[in-house]
Formats: sequence, C-alpha cells, structure tokens
Amino acid sequence: MENMTNKEYQQYAEKKIPKPTYFKNMLMAFLVGGIICTIGQFIRNWLFNSGLDEKAVAGGTAIILVFLGALLTGLGVYDKIGKIGGAGAAIPITGFSNAIVSPAMEHRTEGLIFGVASKMFIIAGPVLVYGVSSSVIVGILYVLLTKGR
Amino acid sequence: MAIKKVGLQTVKFQNPPSIISTYTIVGPKEGEGPLKDYFDYVLEDDVWGQASFEKAEAKIQEETIKAAITNGNLTNQDIDFLLAGDLLNQIVSSTYTARQLSIPYYGLYGACSTMTESLSLGAMLVDGRFADKVVCATSSHFSSAERQFRFPLEYGSQRKFSSQWTVTGAGATILSSTGDGPYITYSTTGKIVDKGVKDATNMGGAMAPAAIDTLITHFNDTGFSPSDYDLIISGDLGRVGKAIVLDLMKKEGYDLSNLFTDCGVEIFDGDKQDTHAGGSGCACAAVVFNGYIYKEMKKGNLKRVLLMATGALHSTIINQQGESIPGIAHAITIDINKD
Amino acid sequence: MDYVKAFIVGGLICVIGQVILDNTKLTPAHILVSFLTAGVILGGIGLYEPLVRFGGAGATVPIIGFGYSLAQGAIEGAKANGVLGAFTGGITSTAGGIAAAIIFGYIMSLVFKPKTKN
Repeated sequence: MENMTNKEYQQYAEKKIPKPTYFKNMLMAFLVGGIICTIGQFIRNWLFNSGLDEKAVAGGTAIILVFLGALLTGLGVYDKIGKIGGAGAAIPITGFSNAIVSPAMEHRTEGLIFGVASKMFIIAGPVLVYGVSSSVIVGILYVLLTKGR
Repeated sequence: MAIKKVGLQTVKFQNPPSIISTYTIVGPKEGEGPLKDYFDYVLEDDVWGQASFEKAEAKIQEETIKAAITNGNLTNQDIDFLLAGDLLNQIVSSTYTARQLSIPYYGLYGACSTMTESLSLGAMLVDGRFADKVVCATSSHFSSAERQFRFPLEYGSQRKFSSQWTVTGAGATILSSTGDGPYITYSTTGKIVDKGVKDATNMGGAMAPAAIDTLITHFNDTGFSPSDYDLIISGDLGRVGKAIVLDLMKKEGYDLSNLFTDCGVEIFDGDKQDTHAGGSGCACAAVVFNGYIYKEMKKGNLKRVLLMATGALHSTIINQQGESIPGIAHAITIDINKD
Repeated sequence: MDYVKAFIVGGLICVIGQVILDNTKLTPAHILVSFLTAGVILGGIGLYEPLVRFGGAGATVPIIGFGYSLAQGAIEGAKANGVLGAFTGGITSTAGGIAAAIIFGYIMSLVFKPKTKN
C-alpha cells in the first residue's frame, strides 16, 4: 500500500469497477429517446393539422411534453424510465421537466418558498443560465456582424 | 502512563465491557435481504408515519435505542452515556433522538464508521470506570441520504456499478461493566487515509486504503494474525472495496480470503436486489453487527470477530471544490471470552 | 415517414449522450448543459436547421433543440429590435416550455409526494 502512489492507487481502484453495460445502455438510450421524440412528432403533426403556425406548434409541443414529463415524475414513473433509458430519458425536454419537478417535489417538506420554489432549479438551473446567456451572446454577435451591411 | 495502550493505535481493555443488549430496526428493502431473519423489527414503509424522511430516520433511531434499553431490562436512568451519530448534516437524527431520551449525550460524526467509533469510545468509558452502562447507536436512511448526497428520489438517473445503496435502519448496543459477553477486548482507532480518490460514486475505492491501514496496524499492534479470528468484517466497502482489500492485503502478506467480508456485501442480495456494489451508510455496519454478528456470537457460532466500520468523511460541498474523499476505519475485537 | 425520422434522429442524439455518460465522470446535468450550449452554437451558425428540417421532433425535442430554439429566437429578435431583441428573443421563443416546467413543477409538488426507490 505504502509503495503505491496516489495516482497509481486511483488507476488501480478505477480498474476494480465493473464496466457499464455499454451496448445495452446505448440501445436503451436509443429506444427511449426515439420513442419520446416520436411522441413529440405525433404532437407536432396533430398541432399542425389543427391549423397552428410553426411558432405555435413548437411552443405547444414543448408545453405538452413538459406536462407529460412533469406528470410522469409526479406519478413516480419518470425515475424508472430514466433508470432504463439513461440519456434517452434525460436529454429530451421531458427530462428537463423531470429535472425541475423532482427537486420541487423532494423539497416540499421545507415549505413553499425555501423548499419548492428555491430548490426547483438545483439541477436544471444551469441549463437556463447557460442557455439564456449563450443565446444573448449569439444575438449580440448577430447584431455586430450584420451592422456594417 | 497510558497503561492500556498497546502498539501505535490500539487499546487493550483490562476490564473488557460486555455487550448486554442490542436492537435493530431496518427498512423494507433490508427486510427482504439475506439477513432478514436476524433483524429485530422490519418496517413496512420507511416513512413510518412521519412528515419527512429525516424525521423518520430520527424515529427509527429513537425506537431502536428504547427497545435496546428495554431488552436489557433497564430504564433510561440506568444509562450513563449515549454515544450516537449519523450521516445527516449536524447529525440531526441522533440529536433529535437524544432530545427524546434524556440521557447524557455525546454526538459523534464518523460517517459510516460511527458504529465502531461509538463502540470503541463507549468501551473506553466503561473500562475506564467512568460509566457502568453506555448506549452506542447509529442510523441511516436511504431517502434522507439520497437527497443530501445525491439526487431527488424522482430524478431519473442511472446509478454507476460502483455506487452503493444506503441502508435504511438503526442499530443500538448496550455496553456494561458487568455481564457474560460477548466482550469488547481490543479497539484499534483509525487514522485518516486519503489516496486522492474524488469519485463520490466509488466510496468503496475511496475507503479501502483506510481499511487496509487499520487492519495492518491492528495485526502489528496486537501480534494477532488473521487466523486468530473467525470473521473479519468491514462496514460498507461494498464489492469494489472488498475486492481491493482482499487483493492488496494479499500483497502485504495477509491472506484473508476465507475470513474477510463486508457488511455491505452481505446485507443485500447482489443478484436480485439491484444494489450494484452493495449496502452503505451508518446503519449498514450497525444492523449487520447488532443483528447478525451479535446473535451468531450468542449462539456460539462465531467466537472472535474483528468488526471494522469504514467511513468516507467528505461533504458534497468540499467534494465539488475539488477535494478528495478522506477515509477512516475503526476496528474492534469482539470475543465471547474475556481474554 | 416523419415518425421514423424523428425516432432515428432523436434516438441517435440520445445515444451520443449515453456514450459520454458511460465513458466519462460527467453527470446528466453536465450533459444537459453541454448539449444545450452546443444547440445554441450550432443554431447560431445555422448548422442545426438542416437537422430540424430532416428530423422534425427528433431534432427539436432533445435539449439540443431547446438550445437551437434559444439561438433562433435571439437572432430573430436581433433582426427585429437590435441589441434589445438579442436579449429578449431567446427567452421569448422558449417561454412556453420554461413557464410550463415551472408551473407544472409547482403543482406536482403540491399534489404528489416523492416515493422511496426499491
């Protein structure tokens, strides 16, 4: 033990961890992610056919999927989907919904202000921070680059 | 003169305290595991009528201690000290338990090493004649630990194969200056050992070096060899940590292959219960010791056991700041004979 | 055909995320942030739009599509209102999803209690 440096030990300990079931995980991520996106496509087509324009369809699809993600989280189903699907459940917008709803529910015991409302963003907050900030940068760059024309 | 100290880190008790009563309460999942028949009480649901998981954990610890006292035909007034700790911030489960019991209380933080931390300190209090009867207890709860150390329960994420499952439950031991055993005859206090592992999903790998350090020190200090024991059992190294200890101890010249196991490996059925690397948490060593080991010693099936609970003494905050996980392991010798 | 394309495009995006999760120490939160930021950048330079036209919901439902939407909104805002639009455009175009997550999250926390895993 003493003749093992920290780095050697860390590499050794890493090797003792069983490898993830790579192929199965990829397959399940593909299936779960694919199914959620297909449901999204179904909602999109349905909204298009009821006469909404592109913007309303995009917004409406997002709202409906977020609702489904929230409901399945509340019913205690989405964590099981996440366990099976991994990234396939985390990356679709339903996973974003799950990341907001699950801490809100979890921290209900600490009250409606410091519990639900402030803990709601502990996982998904960074998404909003980086998403909004980078979009503002993209917009400003667009203004700067097109100004001279 | 520290006349009871032997070697570098070990205490040899001159009047070995006797274990006179134990009690364990576990959650439903633990109650389906391989050791289910050894636990005194299995909960049907892990909230137990409380408003939160934290309150449920405190109730589990409180009821465990009360039942251990009743089992020993004692009352709270007979107990000189309560030594308890748990995983939650500011060890609230233990403190809110102590609030209900009115027993003089020392709160301990040793993370998952709390069971042997409390037992070795309790044994010193009794052997030193500062106390006649001491309660040593600890608890953990899967759901209160998940929210403090990991993710909300309903968050959909995959657990790594190295990750462990926090045991829901509590265990309490009553030590006495009189009694007919089993006795605590030695204790080896661990040093913090940190080999720089930062991965909080691999606690077994982070704590294994501390376990190895304490084991080797114990054998050097006491002059014992592994074969002096019927069983050497660590607290919650899980499958990954257990494999590391077996492997590296062999390289140090100690063959533990048929003697050594881990409470976290034994408490769940690795094939059926989907706990990945096994159990963890303060209650892991607590319920396996106070349930399985104590009862097997009482029956005479185990005569001499080295119990070594292991702790990962980090916090999520300092871990996010880039610090690694300091490990510790405290070992105690439990013997059906006094010497 | 829409559905098949959505399934395959969406599924493949998720597979990329899974490969990163299984081969690095990154958490799902890291994946969400990096995919979203990637979406904003790809959307900003116009590389994501062809995938949206091909894959439909398969490209818009994953979080990377949320980033694309943010970038599209910011650019449209910038076109219409200059710097002010650059600030308001991104959130405007994604307001529905964000508002839905907040209000439904609040409601669910009142209605349901988290359940222990087993």
